Amino acid sequence: MVRCWRSKRASERMTLCVLMRTGFRTHETIWGRRRPYDRFSNMNESPSAIGTALSMIATLDADLFEIVLLSLQVSLGAVAIASIIALPLGALIALQRFPGRRAVVILLNAMMGLPPVVVGLMVYVLLSRAGPLGSMGLLFTPTAMVIAQSIIVLPIIAALSRQTIADLHEEYGEYLRSLGCTPMQSIATLLWDGRFRLLTAIMAGFGRAIAEVGAVIIVGGNIQHSTRVMTTTIALETSKGNLALALGLGVMLLTLALGINAAALVISDTARRRYG
Amino acid sequence: MADGAPHTEAREYEQRDSIAKHPLLPLVARGVDFGINGQRIIDDVSFWIGSSGRTVILGPNGAGKSVMLRLCHGLLKPTRGEIRWGDMSVADAREQQAMTSQKPVLLRRTVNDNLLHVLRVKGVPLGERQALVDAALEQAGLTDLGGRHARDLSGGQQQRLAIARAFVLKPKVLLLDEPTANLDPAAVRGVEELIGAIGAAGTKILMTTHDIAQAKRLAADVMFLNQGRLLEHAPAMEFFSSPKDPVAARFLAGELPA
Repeated sequence: MVRCWRSKRASERMTLCVLMRTGFRTHETIWGRRRPYDRFSNMNESPSAIGTALSMIATLDADLFEIVLLSLQVSLGAVAIASIIALPLGALIALQRFPGRRAVVILLNAMMGLPPVVVGLMVYVLLSRAGPLGSMGLLFTPTAMVIAQSIIVLPIIAALSRQTIADLHEEYGEYLRSLGCTPMQSIATLLWDGRFRLLTAIMAGFGRAIAEVGAVIIVGGNIQHSTRVMTTTIALETSKGNLALALGLGVMLLTLALGINAAALVISDTARRRYG
Repeated sequence: MADGAPHTEAREYEQRDSIAKHPLLPLVARGVDFGINGQRIIDDVSFWIGSSGRTVILGPNGAGKSVMLRLCHGLLKPTRGEIRWGDMSVADAREQQAMTSQKPVLLRRTVNDNLLHVLRVKGVPLGERQALVDAALEQAGLTDLGGRHARDLSGGQQQRLAIARAFVLKPKVLLLDEPTANLDPAAVRGVEELIGAIGAAGTKILMTTHDIAQAKRLAADVMFLNQGRLLEHAPAMEFFSSPKDPVAARFLAGELPA
């Protein structure tokens, strides 16, 4: 996922350039001859846009493919990182009794609805050149997007897995105590035996990450061939009036989200029937 | 000491003899109370178990048998009174014990992996694990089922697996909570044979049941519990031929709901 990126200064300059360009275009589109809603007034446009979209998908259009690939890389990376932290964290909160536990649970549940734009802004401030982590030069790179999405999905995976593990612990608790398991051993046992149910929590996190636009557009900058993902491209192309590409990506996004969720559901359902 | 738990000198002598061989005995409870939300579940129970034979806690449903077992295992703490295993506290003794529940708690894994889980948690070296698993499977009559998923087994097989898993490291004490509840007669026989074999190998067995016939088949001594009170503790022969407690007599006559 982390390739060799252009020097920070160059990338920032380029971003600015891109943003300005898109800004002008947006301006042009809105106030010029071609208003966005004009496109919808012409009903022939939509089928042709979908046709374009399908043909782009069918011919594996290189630009489209690049965007889809980066989307998957960023979101899967974010979900992987968040899962590594959130699954044990959720299990720990489910098992341990400590003062303020209820407050932590409430906070975690509330954070499931973190506004991506705000997370994006916070990460932006952290990573911007004047920010505390500015020297790492991560702003407007896919790494920054992964960081932002990790923060967004972490509470989702942690809160859902906490519930799953708590339910499983109802059943296993006595056995684990009788056996004299350490907390670590208990958590490992519960995570492993709950793996198929936890898949649902992870998928919820992935669904959120892949569909999210607010954070990645702020910290990624929507730079062509660099940090452009499906959602940011859809936002951009729609505002440019280029509905064909936007719709094509929309179709791709829906298909991907549906496909991956369906696969996860089938896996966890089959496994649950099989393993109880 | 509960009423009607006579200690003849000869019996005490015999029991003390067995203590020498068993580090966790005698199991002594003194004035144990246990309650939840103001409701008393165990009411002033005291007993002294010295023999390494099979002790059966008998009584109708809701008598507090399972709670008594969990108090002995240290999964619950008495609200009053004390339980000790030999020189050890309940918590220390637990390391040398294992318990099974009425509804077996089997991990969502294969039969083999259920057994391996115990060995892994207890830190048994990798090279010794498979031999222990094979021995346990053979003893429980599950040799061919090692690769099956534990939850696909029949009820009797599940309970035998749970007992085999509890016994895989040969604990000094095995606590069994209603090991044959909801099993058909053939499955009951299989589980009882396994319990018999484990008891014969020198492991102290403390089990609960509401099944009078089973208590007759398995018990060396019987503790009769009703409504949280220990009404009689006597050697099995004595208890079944001439119960001293009137409630116990009614229970044996089938006049109390089992």
